[in-house]
This record gives sequence, C-alpha cells and structure tokens, in this order.
Amino acid sequence: MSDNTNHKEVSYLEYQGKYRGILGWILSTDHKRIGLLYLYTMLLFFSIAAILGLLMKTQLIAPGETIMGPQTYNSFFTLHGIIMIFIIVVPGLPAVFGNFFLPIMIGAKDVAFPRINLLSWWLYIIGILIVLTSQFTGGGPPDTGWTFYAPYSFQTPTNVLPAVFGAFVMGFSSILTGINFVVTIHRMRAPGMKWLRMPLFPWTLYGTAWIQILATPVIGITLMLIIAERMLGIGFFDPALGGDPILYQHLFWIYSHPAVYIMILPAMGVISEIIPVFSRKSIFGYRAIVLSTMAIAFVGYFVWGHHMFTSGMSGRALFTFSFLTFLVAIPSAIKVFNWVATMHKGSLHLHTPFFWALSFLFVFMIGGLTGLVLGALATNVHLHDTHFVVAHFHFIVFGGTGFAFMGAVHYWFPKMFGRMYDANWANLGWGIFFIGFLSLYLPMFFLGMSGMPRRYYDYLPEFHGMNILSSMGAWVMISGILIIFANLIRSARSGPKTTEKNPWGGKTLEWQVDTPPTLENFDEIPAVDKTPYDYRDYAENTNS
Amino acid sequence: MSEEKTHMVPYSTQIAALLALLVLTGLSVAITQLEFGGYNTLAAMLLAGAKAVIVLAWYMHLKYEKQLFPVMVAAVFVIFLLVLFVTFFDYSYR
Repeated sequence: MSDNTNHKEVSYLEYQGKYRGILGWILSTDHKRIGLLYLYTMLLFFSIAAILGLLMKTQLIAPGETIMGPQTYNSFFTLHGIIMIFIIVVPGLPAVFGNFFLPIMIGAKDVAFPRINLLSWWLYIIGILIVLTSQFTGGGPPDTGWTFYAPYSFQTPTNVLPAVFGAFVMGFSSILTGINFVVTIHRMRAPGMKWLRMPLFPWTLYGTAWIQILATPVIGITLMLIIAERMLGIGFFDPALGGDPILYQHLFWIYSHPAVYIMILPAMGVISEIIPVFSRKSIFGYRAIVLSTMAIAFVGYFVWGHHMFTSGMSGRALFTFSFLTFLVAIPSAIKVFNWVATMHKGSLHLHTPFFWALSFLFVFMIGGLTGLVLGALATNVHLHDTHFVVAHFHFIVFGGTGFAFMGAVHYWFPKMFGRMYDANWANLGWGIFFIGFLSLYLPMFFLGMSGMPRRYYDYLPEFHGMNILSSMGAWVMISGILIIFANLIRSARSGPKTTEKNPWGGKTLEWQVDTPPTLENFDEIPAVDKTPYDYRDYAENTNS
Repeated sequence: MSEEKTHMVPYSTQIAALLALLVLTGLSVAITQLEFGGYNTLAAMLLAGAKAVIVLAWYMHLKYEKQLFPVMVAAVFVIFLLVLFVTFFDYSYR
C-alpha cells in the first residue's frame, strides 16, 4: 500500500499517510502527532490566558479602577482560571509529553488505543469551543471563578452553563487519556521492562492516569448537578430548598485537589528524567521515588478538605484533613531529597533543561512549604482567600508544572522536531522568566499576610508598593515568555537540523530511537535488561 | 494477541445473572416502601453494590480474569468507599 511505505524509515513529521496537509495531523492516530496537536493548542490558549493575567496585574498596579472595572476583572480571573486549569495544566504534561514519549520510553509503537487517543484530543477541542461560547453568548462571560462555587454559580445571571458543560466534556478527554495510559503501561512494555525497570516519567504518568480515571467522573457529576440546579432548581446545594452549599465544595474538591496531583506528578516525572541525565549519575532512591509517586497519588485523594477550612466543616473533619495534608507532604519531600542527592557528587552539565529543573526545585520548595502554612488550621483562618493562597498555588501549579513543562520542552525538543534551539536565547529567556516569576508572586505572600484578599480588583493604599512590584514582575515574566516562545517557534521551523539520537547523554529508550522518531518508533522492539538510569559506565570512564 | 484465551460464558449463566439483576432491581423498588430511617441510603447502596458485583463478575468477565484485575477493581471501590467515609465524617460531627 502506498500509504504505509517507508514507514520504518521516514520520520513521523514527513510521513504521508491516508490524509495530507492539516488533515494528516487532525485525523492522525500517531501518538507523536497527537502530542504535538495538544502542544500547539495549549500554546495558543496559554498565550490568551497569560495576556488575561497580565491585564489583571496591570489593573492592580494602582488602587481603584485603572484599566478595567470589577465585572470585567471578575470575568477575566474566571476565564484565566478555566483556561489555565482545564485547558493547560490538567491535560498539560500527560497530553503533550505523555502522548509523545510514553510509548517510546516503554518500548512500544503507539499507545494501546490510538483511535481513542485521537478522540481524546477531539473531545478536548470540543470542550474548549463550548467554553468559548460562554464568552460571547447569553448573559455575558461567567464571573464565578474557575471553581463555580455554589450557591453563586446557580444564581449569577452570567453565562455559566456553557463554561461548566465545556469543562464536563474536557473531563471525558482526560478520562480516556488516563485509560489509554494505564492499559498501555500494563500491556505494552518492552520485553524485560519490569515494573521497576520503567523510567520515572512513565511511572508518574501511571499514577496520574489512575487519578484521571477515578477522580474526573466526580467533577463531571458535580458539574452536571450545577447544571441541574440552574435549570431545574432541584435544591442539591441551595439552602433555601434544603440543599447544602458545602456539599458542592466537598464534591468539587474531591476532584480538584487530586487534579493538583494530576498536574504536579508528571512534572515530578520530568524532573526525575532531567536531573540524572544532566548530573550523569544514577537517580538516588529509584524505588523511593516510585513509592512516593504512588503514595502521593493515593493520599492526594483524601486531602481535599483543606480548601474548606473556613467553610463550616465539623471540627473533627478539620483536624483530619489538616493531618492528612501534612501527611502528603512527606512523599513530596522524599522526592526533593532524592533529586538533590542525585546531584550530589554528580558531574553537572549546565544546559537549559537543567536550569529549568533547578529552578523547579527552588519554586516547588517555596510552594510546598507555604502549602503547609495553609494546611495548618490556625494560620489558614488568617490566610484563607488572601493573596497568600494565590501566590502559593502559582508557585505550585505554575512554578511546579510550568517550570517542568518548559524543562520538558527544552529537554525533548531536539528529539521531537529534529532541530536544535539557540541555547543562548533559551538561557536568557529562562533567566528573565525566573526573575519575573519571583518578582510577580513573592510579593503576593506579603500582601496576603497583610490581609489583601484575592479576587478583588481594588485594594487599600497600604498595599500599593507590593502591588507595583508584582505588576512589574508580570511584565518581566511575559518578556521572558516571549523570548522563550520566539526562540522555540523559530527553531522548530528553521533551527539547525540534527539527527543525533542522544544529544544530552540520556539512558532511557527515547534516546535510542531516530531523531525525529519514525512512525513506529522502533525498527525492532528493544529488549530491556537494566535499570533506566544506569550511569555506572560514565563514572567508570571518568575515574579511569 | 493470538496466544490469549477468551472465556465463553454459557447462556444459562448469563440468564441467571440477568434474573438476579431483575430480582435485585425489584427489591430496590420494594424497599422504597419501607422506612429504615437513617439506613435508607445504606440499604439502597448495598443493593446497588450487589448488582454492580454481578455485572462486573459475569457480564464484564472479571470472574474469569487474572487475579490482578479483581484486585485493582476492588482497590477502586475501596478508594470510593474511603472518599464517602471521609465526606460523611464531616457531616456526622457537625
């Protein structure tokens, strides 16, 4: 057949299947092309959400109304949150790099269900389109925040229904991706790749996939209940009809806190890939990292109540959720210890992906430790719904997932595109981004501790100084993002070509296949006979 | 894969499972006429759980799979029950 000739030699970028041009991408069942479809979609929507964030910070550069009024501000932070959470960071690393690299890293030709994989992307796009309709139809853009808290979400005249339904549809995409990854990892590992010979990024995808399968249906049902409440007035959450608004918060966070681990676990996987490669050292405590991954995935199910400490839960529930929150910090700390121990006495190679990994450690530690401040019952009462919370979760979600995402792009870029980026521009972009990130979010901790509430378009004059610093930080950070994106986009289109299989000296299977990979990844499925980060040969050569 | 075996469930077993499901559905309807107080939900959940087990075991072939699969499905149910427990832990002590 003409449509599958040379598929063992031609790269996935050049391969001409049944469809050509744009159809060859949007109807492709190749896991690598689907990964890139997600990447391009996310780049577009990240840009939109980042601009919304920038405009919000510009509004906050001075007290009072500067560039927008309160209703616009409310709809901006709602759309910013919906895009960043449901379109970017929840699908994020699994959808882009999981799709692209999971099969290659475990020695498979594709995921277990390629057509379902494509369906996932289409559901994702349909969900996005539905969310977008909420901006331009009905009673105006939703103003509830991305959490859609009851009872406001079924009382506001704004257009909540499409936003909620869009998030519901995107949930199906997430579930299908999770099922695909679990089956792929169980059934399609290369001969000899026992569970404890599997690289750590696939391990984190495995933990993530289970959360996607088990937790996402809860948010789907919850969002349906909101729709039923708005349309039929049933009274699940409406106190006037005998409902309980706190029940909504329980149901919402039963999904949405594990969703934080959907975001952060694959990020930890990426960091676990980058650090041993650029330290030229076997990862310290492989088993401990695997166990802590699964422990985070499991314990992460039972900490959702820490979002509700001031909502009116019973005292015993407060104590229980606080205890469990402190418990989940332990496996996260184990990972950080293992990454640092891996670098200890390693031969550090300072390249762009490693800079991202190092800065990830820095911001993740700040985000994690401030999470404990919020997890403690007494301090939470003071800090709840202040800028401190906003700073904390941006350090975790943007600082954690975002930095790992950038690290992953720069780490796997040559493999994905068969071209190399300009390292000087990449490093400069990283530096400016990092400075901007800290300038933007660190002042928010102080603002929150001083009592500035979140989600307000205005503030008291005493908060002005820190807000100026924060707003200026936003502009610096966006400058860094522009440099990074311009460098990557230009390099993907016209950067120097490379066919080098292993530019970084990696040990996992993706560094043994062609650059860029062929359609089926491997000419022959490899046999695996050792652990994934075996750098003993490097140590022996260096010592001899 | 070609070396995999597929298990054929005889019609008699399928019909027996169907009958059991119908009986349990009838029971689900019947107990709505009874008043168990705070245990109404528990009774309904137990009957629904029994139906789910029948569907999983016979219609979804879990009974004939390797032990890993029932264990994993059971783990999912355990997590679900724990989530319910933790949620109602709040309501019980308010």
